[in-house]
Amino acid sequence: MSLLPWIPHLTFAGALLSLAAGTRSATAARVTALGTALVGMVLVAIGAVNFAPTSGLQTLVDVPWIQEMGIRYHLAVDGISLTLVVLTSLAAVAGILFSWTVEERVGEFFAFYLLLIGGVYGVFLSADVFLLFVFYEIAIVPKYFLIAGWGSTRREYGAMKLVLYSFAGSSLVLAGVLWTYGAGGADGFSLSALAEAATRLSHIETVVVFGLVFFGFATLAGLFPLHTWAPTGHVAAPTGASMLLAGVVMKLGAYGCLRVALPLFPDGFTAWQPVLGWLAVAGIVYAGLIALVQNDFKFVIGYSSVSHMGFVMLGLATGERAAVGGAVLQMFSHGVIAGLLFAVVGRMVYERTHTRDLTELQALPLHRLIPGAAGVFVIAGLASMGLPGFSGFPAELKILVGVWRVNVWWTVWAGLGVLVAGAFTLRVMQRAFFGQAGTDAAPVAESSSLAPLSLPEKTGAALLLGSTILIGLKPDLLLDWIMPALQSPAFHFAATKGGP
Amino acid sequence: MNADYGELLRALLPEALLVATAFLIVSLDLVWGRGRSREGRLQMAVLMGALGVIAAGVVICQDGVLGFVWDGTLNFDRLAISVRVGVLVLTGLSLLGTLGGRGTDQPAEYVALVLLATIGFLQMAVARNLLMAFLGLELASLSLYVLAGYDRTRPESAEAALKYFLQGGVSAAMLLFGFSLLFGLTGSIEFGEIARALVAQPPTALGAVAIGLILAAFGFKVAVAPFHLWAPDVYQGAPTSSAALIASASKLAGVALFWRLLWSGLGPSSGGAGMGISGPGGWVTMVAAMASASLVLGNIVALVQSNFRRLLAYSAIGHAGGLGLGLLSAGEVGPGPMFYYAATYGLATVGAFGCIAVVERNGRCETLVDLAGLRRRSPLVAGCLAVFILSLAGIPPLAGFFGKFVVFAVALRIDGLGHPAGWVALLAIGMSAVALYYYLLVLKQVWVVEAEVESPRIAVPTMAAWALVATALALLFFGIFPSLLLGLF
Repeated sequence: MSLLPWIPHLTFAGALLSLAAGTRSATAARVTALGTALVGMVLVAIGAVNFAPTSGLQTLVDVPWIQEMGIRYHLAVDGISLTLVVLTSLAAVAGILFSWTVEERVGEFFAFYLLLIGGVYGVFLSADVFLLFVFYEIAIVPKYFLIAGWGSTRREYGAMKLVLYSFAGSSLVLAGVLWTYGAGGADGFSLSALAEAATRLSHIETVVVFGLVFFGFATLAGLFPLHTWAPTGHVAAPTGASMLLAGVVMKLGAYGCLRVALPLFPDGFTAWQPVLGWLAVAGIVYAGLIALVQNDFKFVIGYSSVSHMGFVMLGLATGERAAVGGAVLQMFSHGVIAGLLFAVVGRMVYERTHTRDLTELQALPLHRLIPGAAGVFVIAGLASMGLPGFSGFPAELKILVGVWRVNVWWTVWAGLGVLVAGAFTLRVMQRAFFGQAGTDAAPVAESSSLAPLSLPEKTGAALLLGSTILIGLKPDLLLDWIMPALQSPAFHFAATKGGP
Repeated sequence: MNADYGELLRALLPEALLVATAFLIVSLDLVWGRGRSREGRLQMAVLMGALGVIAAGVVICQDGVLGFVWDGTLNFDRLAISVRVGVLVLTGLSLLGTLGGRGTDQPAEYVALVLLATIGFLQMAVARNLLMAFLGLELASLSLYVLAGYDRTRPESAEAALKYFLQGGVSAAMLLFGFSLLFGLTGSIEFGEIARALVAQPPTALGAVAIGLILAAFGFKVAVAPFHLWAPDVYQGAPTSSAALIASASKLAGVALFWRLLWSGLGPSSGGAGMGISGPGGWVTMVAAMASASLVLGNIVALVQSNFRRLLAYSAIGHAGGLGLGLLSAGEVGPGPMFYYAATYGLATVGAFGCIAVVERNGRCETLVDLAGLRRRSPLVAGCLAVFILSLAGIPPLAGFFGKFVVFAVALRIDGLGHPAGWVALLAIGMSAVALYYYLLVLKQVWVVEAEVESPRIAVPTMAAWALVATALALLFFGIFPSLLLGLF
C-alpha cells in the first residue's frame, strides 16, 4: 500500500532529528532537513505514480481514534489533495534549498519549518474534519516562531498579526463545525457525517454556519478584506518561510473552503455566492493596484500573492466545475510561482544587495551583476503574468471561462486584474533588474562583484521553474487528477451552470 | 443511622495514610532533621510526602469503585476515584516543584500542610452530604490559607494569605448560610434526599437565595467571575508551589464537589433542558452568566498583564469559565469532558508554576521580561514551558486543545443554541482566539527575545527536571489519546 499516510509523521520525526542535529552542527541540521524533505518528495512521487484517478476519496488509513466523540483517524487522497501534496513536497524542498544560508539556530529553524510542512501534509490528507483541524492548527504555531525568530522588517508585529489572524480564522471554523456537530446531531466528524448533520440545520443556521466556516478558512487564503495579514507577514518572514506561506499555507485556507465549507453547506454557499464572487474580484483588483505602487520589492510580491489567490477564491465562488478545477490548478501554479518570486527577492537579491527598496535597486544594474537572478525573475514574472507556456495560463483561463458562465461582470473585472498583474510585474522587473546604472548610484562600485547564484539556489530555481513550465505545457498531468475528483457527489454544488 | 466504622475506615484508608505521613514527616524532622541543612530537610520531607501520596494513590486505585459508603454520606463512584487520583498526581507534582523552588525555613511543616490540604481535596471528591462537603472544603481552605502566607520573608505572601483568607472566610460563611437555608427547605443534608424534596415542592424565592449563596462559594473556589478577585494577588504573592496547588488540585476538587452538589443535590432546580423544571431558581442560567463573565473578563484583562503570575491568574479566570461550561453540560453527558478539562488544565498549570519555581531559584521570575532569553538559560525549561503554555492556549496535539474541543462540542450538543451552554461555547471559542495573544507574548519572551542582561544558565534539580518533562509528555500523550481519560466514565 502507499506510503503517503506516513509522510506527515515522517516530517515530524525529521523536525525532531533536525533539532537534535542542530546541536552538533549547522550543516548536519541542513542536511537532515533536506533529507527529510527529499524522502517526503520521493514518497509523494511513488504515491503519485501509483495513483489512479477516481471520483471520491481513496482511503489510505481509517481506524477509530476517539470513540467517545466518533472521531476517526482517517487519511484519504483524491486528485485535489494529491495535487496539493505534490505542491507541498516541491515547496518543502525548494524552501530548504533557499534557506541554506540561515546561520542562526539552524536546528530550531528547520525543526519549526518541518513541523509546519508536516501539518500541511496532514491537512491535505485528512478526511476527518477533526483530524484536519488538528493538523491545520499544528501548521499555525510554527509560523510565529519562524517569522519572529528569523524574520526581518517588523518581524514581531508581522508574526503576531499573521498568527492571530490565522487562529481567529480557525476559531470561526471550529465554531461552525461544532455548531453543525451539536445542533445537527452528527455521530462523528467525518465529512459525510457532518454533511448529513448539516442537512438538519435550519436554513438560517446553514447560512450562518457556512459563513463561519468559509470565512474562517478564507482568512488564511487571503480573501479580501481578511488578507491584511498576508503582505506584512510575507515581508517579515525569512525567505524560506515566505515561500511556504505564499506557496502552501495560503492553500490550506483555499483547500479548507473547497473540502469542508462548500460540500457541507451547499445551501449556505448559494446564499453567499454573490458576496464571495465580488470579494474575490475586489481582492484581485485592489491587491493588484496596491502592488503597482509599492516601493518595497517584497511588498510587491506579497500583494501579488493576494491578487493571485483572489483568482483561486473566484474560481471557488463560481461553484462551476471547470472553474473550480481551474482554481485547484491555480493553487498549484501560484504555489510554485510565488515561491519562486519570494526566493528571488529574499534570497537572491536581498541577501546580496541588502536592500529591497526599488529606488535603490534601480540604481544597480542587477541584470549584469546577478544575471542568474534576473533570468529567473523574468521567467517567473512571465509565468506570474499568466503567459501561455506557464502553469498560470491554463489555470486562469479555466477560471475566467467558468466565471463567464456565472457572472460576466466578474470576468470583466478579473480580466482587468490580469492586466494590472502584467503592469506591476513589468514595473517591478524593470525597476529591480534593469535599472539605469550610475544615474546617482554610489553603491555600484562596491557591489559590482555580487556573488553568482550558488548551487542550492540554482537547484531550487530549476525545480520550481521546471514545474511551472511542465504544467504550463501539459496541464492535463494535473487536470486528469483534479477533474475526476470533482465528479464526486460531495462536490455536487459544482454543477455546470449556464452554457453547454 | 447504621454506622459501620470499620467500613468507613477501610474506605478512608488513603486519607488515614496521608495523616500518618504528615505526622511522621513533622516528627522525623524534629528528631532527624536537627542540625541538618535546610536543603536536606526539604528533600526528606518531600520524599516522604511523595511516598505518602503514592501509597494513597495505590490504595485508591486498588479499591476502585466502592459506591455508597456509610449510608450514602460518601460516594466512591468513577468520578470520585478519578478526581482523587488526579488530585494526588497534581499534589505530587506540586511537591516536586517545591524541590525546584527557593525552599522555606520549615520544610516539614510545609509538606505536612500540603498533605492536610490534600486530605480536604480527597474528601471534596467523595462528599455526598452538606456537612461532609463543608468539612472537606474547609479543611482544604484553611490549609491553603496558611500555605499562601508561608513565605514570611516577603510581604506579598502575607498580603496574599490575608486576601485569600478574608474572601475565603466570607465565601465559607455564604456557603454555610446557603446550606442552612437548603436544610430548612428540604429537611435533609443528604444530596439525594434534597433532590427528592426539591422535586416535590415548587421553586421558591428562598431556594433561589440558597442557590445564589452556594454559587458564590463555587465562584470563589474555582475563581469564576465575579468572585475571582483573590486570584491575581494570591497567584502573585503566594509561594510558587502553594500557588500551583491552589491553581490545580484545589480547582479539580472544587469542580468535582460542586458537580455533585449541583447535579445530584440541586438538579431539580437547574432549570436546564431535560430536567423538566424551569423556574427563577434555575442555576444553569446563573452558572452560564458567571462562566460568560469569567471568559470575557479573564481573557481581556490578561491581555494587559506584565507580571507572569498575574497573567496566569487571569488566564485561570478565563479557564474557570470553561470549567463552568463543562459543569453545565455535565448534567446531560456526564462529568467526563469536565474532568478531562479540569485535570489537563491542572497539569498544564502545575507545570507552568514548576517552571517558575525553577527560574526563580536562579534569579527573578516576576514580570514577563524576566523570562527573556530563557531559551539560552535552559532549553529544557523553555521547551517544557512552551508545552504548558501552548496547552493552556489550546493548541493541538496537546491536551488543552482536546479539553476545550470536547467541552465546547458537548455544550453545543445539548440543544444547539437553544440552551445557554451553546451560546457560552461560542463565546468561549471566540475568547480562545483572544487568549492566544497573551500566551504568545509569554512564548515570545521565552523563545524569541534575548535577555538584556546576560543571565547565568539555570541548573535544574534532577527531580524537578523529571517532573517537568513527565508533565509535558503527559499533556502530549493525553492530547493524542484522550480516550484514556474520557473512557473512564
